[in-house]
Amino acid sequence: MSDPLLSVRDFSVRYETAAPVDAVRDVSLTVHRGEVLGLAGESGCGKTTLAYGVQRLLKPPAVIPGGSVTWHDADGSDTDLLALDPDALRAFRWDKVSMVFQGAMSALNPVATVGAQLADVFEVHRPAMSRSARTAAVGELLEIVKVGAARSRSYPHELSGGMRQRIMIAMALALRPQLVVMDEPTTALDVLVQREILREITRLREAFGFSVVFITHDLPLLLEISDRIAIMRAGRIVEIDTAANIWFRPRHDYTRTLLSSFPRLTAERKVAR
Amino acid sequence: MTSIDVRGVWKTYRVRGAGAVDALQDVSFTLSSGQTIGMVGQSGSGKSTVAKILTQMERPTRGQVLVDGRPVPSRGAALRAYRQQLRMVFQDPFASLNPYHSIRHHIERPLALSGVVPREQIEAEVHRLLARVQLDAGAVVDRRPHELSGGQRQRVAIARALAPRPALLVADEPVSMLDVSLRMGVLSLLSDIQAQDGLGVLYITHDLATARYFSDEIIVLNQGRIVEHGSADEVILRPRHPYTRELREASPDPERFFADSAGGAR
Repeated sequence: MSDPLLSVRDFSVRYETAAPVDAVRDVSLTVHRGEVLGLAGESGCGKTTLAYGVQRLLKPPAVIPGGSVTWHDADGSDTDLLALDPDALRAFRWDKVSMVFQGAMSALNPVATVGAQLADVFEVHRPAMSRSARTAAVGELLEIVKVGAARSRSYPHELSGGMRQRIMIAMALALRPQLVVMDEPTTALDVLVQREILREITRLREAFGFSVVFITHDLPLLLEISDRIAIMRAGRIVEIDTAANIWFRPRHDYTRTLLSSFPRLTAERKVAR
Repeated sequence: MTSIDVRGVWKTYRVRGAGAVDALQDVSFTLSSGQTIGMVGQSGSGKSTVAKILTQMERPTRGQVLVDGRPVPSRGAALRAYRQQLRMVFQDPFASLNPYHSIRHHIERPLALSGVVPREQIEAEVHRLLARVQLDAGAVVDRRPHELSGGQRQRVAIARALAPRPALLVADEPVSMLDVSLRMGVLSLLSDIQAQDGLGVLYITHDLATARYFSDEIIVLNQGRIVEHGSADEVILRPRHPYTRELREASPDPERFFADSAGGAR
């Protein structure tokens, strides 16, 4: 667990609008190789800005006034992500770090088959790959996430919400990245499908060994799937600890507030009816 | 005291290419003022079809719906009067409010249509209703929906539902589009209003934890059928049907999770 993959130091993001907003303030954290790091906090706390910011996915008026982001590759080399030029950045993204976005329906292109969308990844990042090798790779990906290669010709609207989310996961795994950032990947799904997708993520992690940064406001869910959890509020990380410590021994008042804002499924009720 | 009886209701949709789909199969339950029933089940289980049947947006294929022992009126003034007794709060507070109209308009209109207060008292009643849902009436009354946050909008939707002083409220996933940190606030508000007004509430959700927290009884729907119906604690803590157990196992529950992962050693 002491093998760092991504080191973020004193990282900030400011939106340079008429009234500038410091969306992320002096955040330091390390993502370790093979771990699931949960990132929790309410809407607007900066969790998505942080995750996008470290990959330099933010557009103006967002600026990064300070900090450093270092990638410690599996091959032993270190890369300063804030110093990469556009070509190097394009080669880095998706190859090393990929994303599963919130809302598969809006993240997928409604007028292209899912197979074509998966093939796009290889066309851009593996231009030397032959068409037949691409088709084979797409089929393999669809099998890996248990959608089945036959669905390659389906359009997103022909698939259920759970299947669409599996396609998003397949796309994220296409280049065998070392880190997958998942931004509310299960929020729009019902509980049974959500559980199915979480099991799938666990199984794929065991098979491929990637690390996950899992962003959600659903703290009960995060407690079950994370090794460590960072609690964010107003752009700062107020507490970062193992899931068990966050649950049993929260140190920050805000963590306690967040924990108490969820009704317990099976514990004694706190309010009498 | 108002009560609505759903008796042996079936709803069959004809789907092109797929023949007939039974969205509801022999559904029976009673919702009375003063109680909250949680209705849970996964997507497609028929929860929203129940809401449509209750509000007469859909007619049952078979079976009947009785209000205080009489069939629910199907048209005209009687149907309008019925719909003032039973109101709905929808899932999406962005879609359920009209972007062209002020918040005042949203509350004023059901007041004017129902005539619960004389015309000259409508403005005061608008302010009273907004205050009831814990909004600063003076600050929001002239605004339009897009100027409010999701939580504020859902409070407006609740105020609008309460305007004609209904006896029953159907809330279809009223907080699932809201940030987690706001959900308990909106549900607690609904729960307080339910208790103060003696409303009968049907709370439709796929979130078992809040269903248990805010309901007296829980009905579990699976593929259009009621598979379990009992007191909230009974259904969640001692589920009898395998489908209820499956839903429970799938719901995040840190309490159980950490108890299990400690191997019971704690």
